Amino acid sequence: MSTTMATELFFAPPAPPPPPPASWQLPPAMSDTAPPVDGVYNFIFWFSVVFTVVITVLMLYFVVKYKRKPGVRPEPTGHFNRLEIFWTVTPSIFIGVLFHVGYSSYIKNATAAEGATEIRVRAKKWSWEFEYPSGDRVPSELVLEQGRAYKMILSSDDVLHSFFIPEFRLKRDAVPGQYSFIQFTPTVTGPAQVFCAEFCGTSHSGMLASVKVVTPAEYKEFEKTLGKCVGTPEECTPTKYGETLFVKNACATCHGTGGNGMLGGSKSPGPKLAGIYNTMQPMATGPEVKADENYIRESILRPNAKIVAGYTTVQMPAFVMKDDQLDAVIAYLKTLK
Amino acid sequence: MAAITTTPGHHEEVDPNVSYLKSSKGLMSWLVTLDHKRIGVMYLISVSVAFALGGIFALLVRLELFTHGRTIMDADTYNRMFSLHGVVMVFLFIIPSIPAAMGNIILPIQLGAKDVAFPRLNLLSLYVYIFGACFGVYSMINGGVDTGWTFYTPYSSSDPAHGGVGSPSAVLPMTLAAFIMGFSSILTGVNFIATIHKMRAPGMSWRRITLFTWSLYATSIIQILATPVLAITLLLLTMERFLGLGIFDPRLGGDPVLFQHFFWFYSHPAVYIMIVPAMGVVSELISTFARREVVGYMAIAMSSLGLALLGFLVWGHHLFVAGMSEYATMVFSALTFLVAIPSGVKVFNWVATLYKGSISLQSPMLWALSFLFLFTIGGLTGLFLGMLAVDVHLHDTYFVVAHFHYVMVGGTVMGFVGGLHYWWPKFTGKLYDESWARVGWFFVFIGFNVTFLAQFVLGSRGMPRRYYDYLPQFEQLHQVSTIGSWILGVGFTILGIMFIRSLLGGKPSPRNPWGSAALEWMTPTPPPLYNFLPGKEPVLTRGQYDYHLATDDELYDGYDDPMFPGRDQEPRNKAKAAEGKAH
Repeated sequence: MSTTMATELFFAPPAPPPPPPASWQLPPAMSDTAPPVDGVYNFIFWFSVVFTVVITVLMLYFVVKYKRKPGVRPEPTGHFNRLEIFWTVTPSIFIGVLFHVGYSSYIKNATAAEGATEIRVRAKKWSWEFEYPSGDRVPSELVLEQGRAYKMILSSDDVLHSFFIPEFRLKRDAVPGQYSFIQFTPTVTGPAQVFCAEFCGTSHSGMLASVKVVTPAEYKEFEKTLGKCVGTPEECTPTKYGETLFVKNACATCHGTGGNGMLGGSKSPGPKLAGIYNTMQPMATGPEVKADENYIRESILRPNAKIVAGYTTVQMPAFVMKDDQLDAVIAYLKTLK
Repeated sequence: MAAITTTPGHHEEVDPNVSYLKSSKGLMSWLVTLDHKRIGVMYLISVSVAFALGGIFALLVRLELFTHGRTIMDADTYNRMFSLHGVVMVFLFIIPSIPAAMGNIILPIQLGAKDVAFPRLNLLSLYVYIFGACFGVYSMINGGVDTGWTFYTPYSSSDPAHGGVGSPSAVLPMTLAAFIMGFSSILTGVNFIATIHKMRAPGMSWRRITLFTWSLYATSIIQILATPVLAITLLLLTMERFLGLGIFDPRLGGDPVLFQHFFWFYSHPAVYIMIVPAMGVVSELISTFARREVVGYMAIAMSSLGLALLGFLVWGHHLFVAGMSEYATMVFSALTFLVAIPSGVKVFNWVATLYKGSISLQSPMLWALSFLFLFTIGGLTGLFLGMLAVDVHLHDTYFVVAHFHYVMVGGTVMGFVGGLHYWWPKFTGKLYDESWARVGWFFVFIGFNVTFLAQFVLGSRGMPRRYYDYLPQFEQLHQVSTIGSWILGVGFTILGIMFIRSLLGGKPSPRNPWGSAALEWMTPTPPPLYNFLPGKEPVLTRGQYDYHLATDDELYDGYDDPMFPGRDQEPRNKAKAAEGKAH
């Protein structure tokens, strides 16, 4: 595996072809947790189809057959105790089976494999951050090794979020003030999608992250690139690297594209960033502050330290970055006009 | 008459021999009326306005989703639209829709009573509802809420104006609105239970009250027991948001999942406040239009009570992925499946009623049969969500949205609109245009299925709910769904115009336009002030579904051909003339 391969993996991934959908209803099944769910899904789907058809056909048949006719009187209703018992007991048996099928698959998926690799997932308005065992934090992109058992440890910095990967058929709420867990082993290489499934405010629908399941060999290459800028020299100039980090950390969901302070045609939740470098910024309290490198650095690491005028509170979570990453973001912000 | 008699406090002269619509005149005679029918009509107008408003929010939500990216509004506006759609539809429309509007009018008449047990409490419940609605409107004028109708914490309770991380929208007035309207719901429940216990006419045994009455009885129990929990929950939320009291927000030492337990302890039973009355309406419709007693009367009555009881035990199935232990999820999943039994019993009995009936497909029956079909789908897709393994995938996706719309719209709204058609002559004394009623039904039925079948597939494919924007791969199905919503909108518009036209120029209704054997059709249409003419208070000698015991005079009032009521709505004298020819 060459380094150029790894390069592409991080920034312009070789895009392992997406596996085919599991059915016309279900997305591709890419982990050990998916096939059991699909089995249960298909079982209950066909059960429901048969049931609906039987009820509907009977209903329509009776409506046609016993249509009101002149002089034909309806038969008075009698008592059908055996029938009542029959259609109370039969469904009870069915639902016993359904419960068992649903529960046994669920409990299997809820058990972590021995020695699973732990990945910390931090949810915050409105982005995902993944911390690998090496301690490297990567926003908005999760690279997983095919065949390796994982345990994701979820938490939230602010409100409720929910970590949802349809291709793994897994979902779990990220609750502030506590940890929650999901576990799985990716089995098929290809792209998958992380959604936030619990409503969390303005950019809830923008709170996405991509998943890439890669082969063990590709994963080894990827690990070497963690925390570094990988790419052609042009892609790794501080400005370009900063732009990439700006995009991957989903800064635009609050500050607008290119920090222009606009979102969907109106003012974005966070202040405009373009053009502020080296200008005097009025503060909510206290004297004006010059928006220099130190101010920007502080605002990324501790967003609450200085609040710009027009905002009473800061919704922004702290972003933990390495020095070269901070430098790159600052370099990028300087270029915004 | 029953032992309790009430004297409605009319200050002016009233004539108990003419219709309740004409017994007294003037705006004040409506606003301070103690007549359950007038209060019911005012409720009906209020919930219809709420339904129209909620419907407009829904159409705007669907329109925004027609294309990915921005279509007509920004993210914050969209979030407020879907939240207001939910809040308005749940608290202002669907909870009071059948019980407070239709139940109020029909329940006392079906019991043979002259009013509800506590007429003043009844009027109070209407004004409490309107007072609560005012808070809701105040919140909307101030930008509305963006929390969804579920008000999940800490997003709803953590106020950014006080350094919190939650919603900046007008949450306080909206939770107060829901809090206040809850009292209205409780008052209605108390009133109905007292009325059913104490106001039944002579001969009206528990075996003879209608299935609609049984359903309202079950509903009232839920309203009384569950609604206080919502009140407490919303009060706690208000205190946390307003005073910073730490209940749900972990920053203040609270537990956000606790809110979900509290909330669903009310709101899951509330699902049965919504659906059980509709099941009652459907029992009436199927009995009338198949012209025989519903099979398994006691089974259906008891399954309503069974749903009311089970409804209290399954709230945890909304929290399967929220952070419960595996054992708790197991218990809640098992309990959830039990709900399928009473629901299934009802469906089987309704279908069995059609067997050897004399079925007429007049417009109310079309809604009842639609209910059967759509509720079956709604119920079965509930099984998907009760199955733990599948729920983990489907939770908070469009599958859930489609599922509960199949129950709430495919169930409750079908029952509500069917009941509205069925009792419209009773309420207003007017007939409506049957052809337009069928056209309206057709549009609603088709539009509804197009809108929400597409959403089942969206959800299974992984489309999360409450999304302003979505990935391009979901666009096609979203467009199908939006087009469906337009068909649905056209259908309801047709029905609205049809009813207004009936009100303005509809033909007068005969006493019993559908040939029903139930008590409310034995009294003049529309009913007189005290429901029955003086000296003609009912004494029951047969059950309300005993078609084989009802006389032709009771059933076939006002039609040419007794076996084809509704075909030709000419007055009775013509029917007499035709009778000689037929035999």
